[in-house]
Amino acid sequence: MSNNARIFFVGGVIAYRALFNWLNPWIFVPTLVVAPIFQVLFFAFLGRSAGLESDRFYVIGNALQIAALPGLFAMTFAISGERWSQTLSPLLASPANRAAVFLGRALPVVANAAFVCVVAFVAGALILRVHIAPGAIPALAVVIAVTSISCTGFGFICGPLGLRWRDAIIAVNLLDAVLLIFCGVNIPIDSLPGWMQAVSEYLPVTHGLRAARRVADGAALGDVSGLILAELAIGLTYAGVGFAWLRHLELVARRGATLENS
Amino acid sequence: MNALRLIWAGFRMNLKMLGTSSFFMLTAVVQPVIFATVAYYMFRSGGRAGTLLYASLGAGMMGVWSTTLFASGGMIQWQRWQGTLELGVASPPTMGLLYLPFSLANAFTGMYALAATLVWGRLVFGVPLRLAHPFQFALALPATVIALGLMGLVLASTFVLYRNANALANLLEYPVWIASGLVFSTSLLPAWTRPISWILPPYWGILALRRAALGGDVWGPLTMVLVAGAAYGVVSFFTFRVFEHRARARATLSLT
Repeated sequence: MSNNARIFFVGGVIAYRALFNWLNPWIFVPTLVVAPIFQVLFFAFLGRSAGLESDRFYVIGNALQIAALPGLFAMTFAISGERWSQTLSPLLASPANRAAVFLGRALPVVANAAFVCVVAFVAGALILRVHIAPGAIPALAVVIAVTSISCTGFGFICGPLGLRWRDAIIAVNLLDAVLLIFCGVNIPIDSLPGWMQAVSEYLPVTHGLRAARRVADGAALGDVSGLILAELAIGLTYAGVGFAWLRHLELVARRGATLENS
Repeated sequence: MNALRLIWAGFRMNLKMLGTSSFFMLTAVVQPVIFATVAYYMFRSGGRAGTLLYASLGAGMMGVWSTTLFASGGMIQWQRWQGTLELGVASPPTMGLLYLPFSLANAFTGMYALAATLVWGRLVFGVPLRLAHPFQFALALPATVIALGLMGLVLASTFVLYRNANALANLLEYPVWIASGLVFSTSLLPAWTRPISWILPPYWGILALRRAALGGDVWGPLTMVLVAGAAYGVVSFFTFRVFEHRARARATLSLT
């Protein structure tokens, strides 16, 4: 295995394990299994109270938006965690290929995001008795995978914040909330003001969610391929911008000797 | 007198510490406003715009609970990280009394949430702020906040023994919002969940606040808030004593 491939795969897995205190189930299960299920239930009951949409709308919406939870937080902690454990300087002083280092960290996060989506989706559908046709499941799996990639890509924007700002977690919470409000997760997009509708077109989750709802309504994968590609393109664009920003901030921090400043 | 001095000093100290934390300002102010915004749009799009004050109060209470939960959850853990937990345990007052003012300050910080959602609702969504029983509202609010603080104290006591108990904070946010019926009626929930709602101070608290704001009998739920709060207070002193004893016996107090 080449050095870059080793850093990408082995480094990514080690960083992911460290993120959850070496995959401690006491942290993983409540945060990424139980809490997302309750998020689905909370908004489904709120939706019933508001008399707005069916349970299916909220199960699909929240299950997909939950992909942002590991995507945003894990990619931020990929930097912030190094700072807290005082390993950021050695990491950035190493000659390792930066793309291998940081993209490697994204791979387990994508898998994690997809897993959280599926758990929330299945549990929400079972508890609220939402029926999804078995024939729609393979296409939904594709949509979930793509949305998980795009949310992790969006998380790349947050990673560099951890390089400049001690409380990057604040920004991450806000971005997560932006997705909750803007992307049609719980509020139909056409009910939002025009400027919010326009912003939603450039955010992850929006197109994935549209695709997932259409697939659940019986559309074939080919019918929603444009939406899936748009979702993927948005995620990859954010990832590219985030990575470039990270490299820029690293250079600035080296030049100004401000790496450990927080 | 010593106990009162301890409570006042601890309350002020923790309030100052929380006031400088961006994370708690986010939890106490920004997050409730976000949830309130989602609820406003949902109620308005669903043709139930008349319930916006209902949503405001509920979203505010969600913020009070989140702040209490995360701050009380983190309280023991931060003391542990800062190396001050042992000093607190070794000091003459009981642990329950020592951490009571911290927990009350946590819940008090949560009151920012209610203020934030009411102001946000008024300014952005034009939610009317006419309270049906303003005097009873003024009584119900501190009673609810104190009861939540005492509930937070029970949670905090588990952190003395279990270092991963902070995961409990992530676990309990949504379930308590749901079981307490903060933004929707608990009649939407399955009947078996009712007893769970009844033992939660936020359930009685939001009922008292809602009736004080929108009309209805306030005294019944207000009495229940006080009873539930007192019960959690008693339980917390017991759990602190038991968990402290076990942590000392196992020598696990400062393990992180």
